Amino acid sequence: MTGRAHPYIPNSAPGVRAEMLAAIGVDSVEALYASVPEALRLRTALDLPPPMTDEVALRRHVGGLLERNTHTGEALSFLGGGCWAGNVPAVVDEIINRAEFVTSYGGGPYADLGKYQAIFEFQSLIGELVGMDVVSAPTYDGITATSSALLMATRLTGRPRILVPETANPATHQHLATFARRARVEIVPADRTTGMVDLDALAVMMGPDVAGVLVENPSYLGFVEEHVPEICDATHAAGALLVVSVDPSTLGVLEAPGAYGADIVAGDAQPLGVHPLFGGGQVGFIAHRDDADYMRENPSILISAVPTRDGSATGFAWSMLSSTSYDLRGDAQDYTGTSQWLWGIAAAVYLSLLGPAGIQELGEGLAARTAYLVRRLGAIPGIRVPRMGRAHIREVVVDFGGTGRSVARVNAALRERGIFGGRDLSADLPWLGESALYAVTETHGQAEIDRLADTLSEVLR
Amino acid sequence: MTPTGAPGREPAGRHYQGVRWNEPLVTELGTPGQRGLILPPLDPEVAAGQDAALAAIPAALRRAVAPRLPELAQPLVLRHFLRLSQMSQGAHLVADTLGTCTMKYSPLVGELIARSPKLLDLHPDQDPESVQGLLEISWRCEQLLKAVSGFGAFSFQGGGGSQGIYTSALIIRAWHEARGEGHRRDEIITTTFSHPANAAGAATAGFRVISLMPGERGFPDVDALRAAISPRTAGLMLTNPEDTGIFNPHVGEFVRLVHEAGGLCAYDQANGNPLLGIARAADAGFDLGQFNLHKTFGAPHNSVGPGASAVGVRADLAPFLPSPVVRFAGDGYILDRDRPQSVGRVRAWAGNFQVVVRAYAWLLALGADGLRTVAETAVLNNNYLVHLLAQVPGLTMPYEGSGPRLDQVRWSWAQLTAETGVTTDDIVRRTTDYGLQPYYTSHHPMLVPEPMTLEPTEMVSKDDLDELAAILAAIADEARTAPAEVRSAPHRGPVAILDEEAADDPARWAMTWRALVRKRAGAAVRG
Repeated sequence: MTGRAHPYIPNSAPGVRAEMLAAIGVDSVEALYASVPEALRLRTALDLPPPMTDEVALRRHVGGLLERNTHTGEALSFLGGGCWAGNVPAVVDEIINRAEFVTSYGGGPYADLGKYQAIFEFQSLIGELVGMDVVSAPTYDGITATSSALLMATRLTGRPRILVPETANPATHQHLATFARRARVEIVPADRTTGMVDLDALAVMMGPDVAGVLVENPSYLGFVEEHVPEICDATHAAGALLVVSVDPSTLGVLEAPGAYGADIVAGDAQPLGVHPLFGGGQVGFIAHRDDADYMRENPSILISAVPTRDGSATGFAWSMLSSTSYDLRGDAQDYTGTSQWLWGIAAAVYLSLLGPAGIQELGEGLAARTAYLVRRLGAIPGIRVPRMGRAHIREVVVDFGGTGRSVARVNAALRERGIFGGRDLSADLPWLGESALYAVTETHGQAEIDRLADTLSEVLR
Repeated sequence: MTPTGAPGREPAGRHYQGVRWNEPLVTELGTPGQRGLILPPLDPEVAAGQDAALAAIPAALRRAVAPRLPELAQPLVLRHFLRLSQMSQGAHLVADTLGTCTMKYSPLVGELIARSPKLLDLHPDQDPESVQGLLEISWRCEQLLKAVSGFGAFSFQGGGGSQGIYTSALIIRAWHEARGEGHRRDEIITTTFSHPANAAGAATAGFRVISLMPGERGFPDVDALRAAISPRTAGLMLTNPEDTGIFNPHVGEFVRLVHEAGGLCAYDQANGNPLLGIARAADAGFDLGQFNLHKTFGAPHNSVGPGASAVGVRADLAPFLPSPVVRFAGDGYILDRDRPQSVGRVRAWAGNFQVVVRAYAWLLALGADGLRTVAETAVLNNNYLVHLLAQVPGLTMPYEGSGPRLDQVRWSWAQLTAETGVTTDDIVRRTTDYGLQPYYTSHHPMLVPEPMTLEPTEMVSKDDLDELAAILAAIADEARTAPAEVRSAPHRGPVAILDEEAADDPARWAMTWRALVRKRAGAAVRG
């Protein structure tokens, strides 16, 4: 090491090092590496750039690189597809930037009681939204939570097949292809006019070896799946489990899946007050009824409220650690670990701010904004919207097929005018032709949607 | 107050008193009609379409009963969660030495940078042209990690260590499948002292797992590995140093034997902190491996994530990395999705880039000399702590003859337990009363009886270590002189001793407020 101490490292001050080495009884730190064979030792310096030891240089360089980005608040963005740039309330930002939450980790409830209480409150508030008594601690994201829920169904039923709608999030299909090899994943065709699950096809596929059936509500493509009661009945009649994937921010308007027969609910709380973070703001959950078999098959961390031994207060503890990959090790069929807890705390704060009236107003306002977007874009010659579905609550498929332009070309023209158009679906869902998924948040007013419509009219002229 | 010198500070002299708010659950708070947030109002023309939009939703799918969320004014929500934050510690407040977790200082300049809206408010589907700055940071961070590890390419998709280790298992699977050997290479070898995610990640990827038990010196010997290797061997996945802080000196031979048998070797570098600039994974022959950017590379742990796992591979294995990856395409940076040999997707989107940005800033701030100082200071601190704790009666260091430890030690209080009946679980609760973050005991299985795993990283000072050792010595003394005080601890933390068994009892566990209310009501009726 060089002579000067490093500001991040207290014991890099030369005097103290000498004192500590003397106490240990060795001449140099080198002696403490005796167990690392010489053949493995690196005897040259790492090939790294000279250090930026001062904050000015660091902020200039790294901050300067970030400055080149254009964020969703600078452009007018209609991107969604599972991640939305809604408003993050000031109180949420204050709480998630608290050093106590940012820098804590594996400490137990005796030191980190507040962290565990916030996570229990996340579980509780999501439980109210989805209508389930058990909710996991925050998991990686809604995609992985959905896949894990479907594999839970295979273990709970001892059956191999899981049925996934054609219109489900393409990332879910991709993730299942990598993750769910233990199961037989089969695609349930959609009625390509309405977008709804093709019930006749589902009836043919259903059988005594089906473990679980996935329904997204609302669907990835934004429409409300209207066949939920029929799918639920058919699934349960076959002895299989209904797994429902939700956008929890719509559950002030849409029924709680627990109230219409869902056996397992998975979802992503990112739309509940978490920054989009280029996809790093996702935070999943897995919910189900309070049943010991389900608890055993839930691969996630589960935080339980527990009383103090004297019964005078409530604390928290890990439940069923024995069912997680920490204890199962080589017998695990799924895994958990460091995931996205801080965003679970954000969602708990957000739902506490919103309250029952706010969550309803949020959903209603999203549905109204989506309808207005449909109305304005639908009036533009060549655009077909909604491409499918009747009720929409946040997102909608806009078909540009009649305009003679590709989505890529339209989006490039929008970008030049400061607008991020909807996600291009042509690669993932080629049967939709030149279609894009447009999304709104509560930050979109009439003026913003009018600007999109006017700009599209200009671009397509 | 009179200034006093730091030396001679007694553990009890701190008179620590934790915050205990007895704060109700948020669901127990509130007053009907209160609210914490007003959403942007609907403009008239937008509002005009609302009823029709909602009427289109089938009645059976319309919410019938409003969710029972709390009704709280904004200052009350803020107050509640600030109190919860006060009842949490975090590595900025304490000299956290939580074993296996590499708790270190997360520089605040990195926080300042990472809290820019130019990062927070980026959508993952934005055109790459609009996120060139972020993609360049990711690419540059990858170049630095290539120098640190010797690997040829990295993916940052994994959101934590377990997800990264699982990704390593997927890459091993995909590599054998690409060579037409996937069907017969179905076993992964790991060690019992490696992090459980190595076994679990391999098992989740479909492998049968063989765990090698440690020998007398704390690590499995070469013969144990030889016995486990077979034509079914797909690879080796291990941590080194293991969670004991013991470096397996035969690791080069392990790698050679597994390669000879046709397997790949994956290095879980969750414990990589003491080896920065000292030894590189690729130089030891490993084909792939992962670092935890939220541990070793200075990014904070965020209350159990978001973290980021950097999975590195030999250059020829790069095509197998998860999709998408950040690539420099000559005139700019792209998210490359055209990767036919990729293992596919391990999570939504492309990764936790806020963590990558912080790690990049940390790496730049340290440089080559700084990284080596990090490693050497962590090892120095650990061995200084060994020196101090060797003097605590009742505390032993299993596998003592295995040479100096690197980053951590899995200690044993078994002697003290035999003598006094006070267990490691009692002691860990008691540490709370002195303002310490409770130490980590051990992952499953608990091969070391009454374990205590301490990992003092480069973040802690000599005074911190002196104080930690004095507190542990004081508690050991209490175990002999006032055992009831230790067994009934904590007394000065945010909550009293808990009935933790309730969390595993189906009749009493409660993962949500609604379940808690139901079970409390049931208990009241019964009782």
